[in-house]
Amino acid sequence: MSEATCVTCGDSVTLPADVEIGEIVDCGSCGTELEVVGVEPVELDEAPDLAEDWGE
Amino acid sequence: MDVGLLYSRIRPDEKLLLSELRDRGHEVHKVDVRKTTFDLNAPPEPLGACDVVLDRCLATSRSKYASRFMAHYDVPVVNSPETAKLCSDKVETTLTLSKAGIPTPETTVAFTKESALDAIEAFGYPCVLKPVVGSWGRLMAKIESRSAAEAVLEHKETLGHYEHSVFYVQQFVEKPGRDLRVLTVDGEPVAAMSRSSDHWLTNAATGAETATFEIDDEVERLAREASAAVGGGLLGVDLMELETGGYTVHEVNHTVEFKALNAAVDVDVAAKVVDWLETKVDADAGAAEVGA
Repeated sequence: MSEATCVTCGDSVTLPADVEIGEIVDCGSCGTELEVVGVEPVELDEAPDLAEDWGE
Repeated sequence: MDVGLLYSRIRPDEKLLLSELRDRGHEVHKVDVRKTTFDLNAPPEPLGACDVVLDRCLATSRSKYASRFMAHYDVPVVNSPETAKLCSDKVETTLTLSKAGIPTPETTVAFTKESALDAIEAFGYPCVLKPVVGSWGRLMAKIESRSAAEAVLEHKETLGHYEHSVFYVQQFVEKPGRDLRVLTVDGEPVAAMSRSSDHWLTNAATGAETATFEIDDEVERLAREASAAVGGGLLGVDLMELETGGYTVHEVNHTVEFKALNAAVDVDVAAKVVDWLETKVDADAGAAEVGA
């Protein structure tokens, strides 16, 4: 487990040990969807909004 | 083996694949397509040295073009751009399934809201209006009256991207509160689940309840045929059970998500997918040696 700071509210966000760049996590405090943009150290950015052609 | 992974978002599905690949000692090269460019001459590094590249792009538009570029560079890609083209557009999928003689819901395409309304009236109510590109059940409309049809068609024509003026009208299939998802690798069924909901949409992404489904002979045959029709690869074939008996295939997904399936069945889906990839890469290498 590691921790990083939410870019929206500044609260601490807990991340899984196998966190991957490109993974999305939710801030437990403000609910913002965050994208993992770095892992050593963990860095977060606001995740892109859902686009119409996303899916499987 | 060296495996490229084209992505823009690492979903739980990609994490399952990454974990399985790495546990087996394979080298995985993640490439974020948002930060990459594709020219005419050479693949972005290190994809050119990969034994296979997995197209796991979340956005259909990126998936179509990124896989097309991989094929242009002669880099083996799963799935092929031909498969992506057929699966990413509902008109293409429907025509392909129909041409292959695979049962699929009756569908009519219209290009104006007036002709779309004629098509809807011809189906009667309820019927279904779907976007030609889209996923997770988004922007699907179950049309239950003429006034609803007029409103939805006007909204689509006025507010939508030009693709929303390709009106894809489909019969409403009365299903027993669930549909079926079969994950296949080159037609071979890996596992299947049912997706149940009180809502007419039964996508796992919309919160449908999932359960393992024992694949019967007909489901297996249809999954194999649907896979073959779109060119094979790693696919999610969606079927509905008909009240009159038998099945109809309504969708084939080419960047298939399998997190929900993995949780619903006793099969390790990622392991089966990687088994298949290993076999495929070995076979391709063998074929290249014979051809050399």
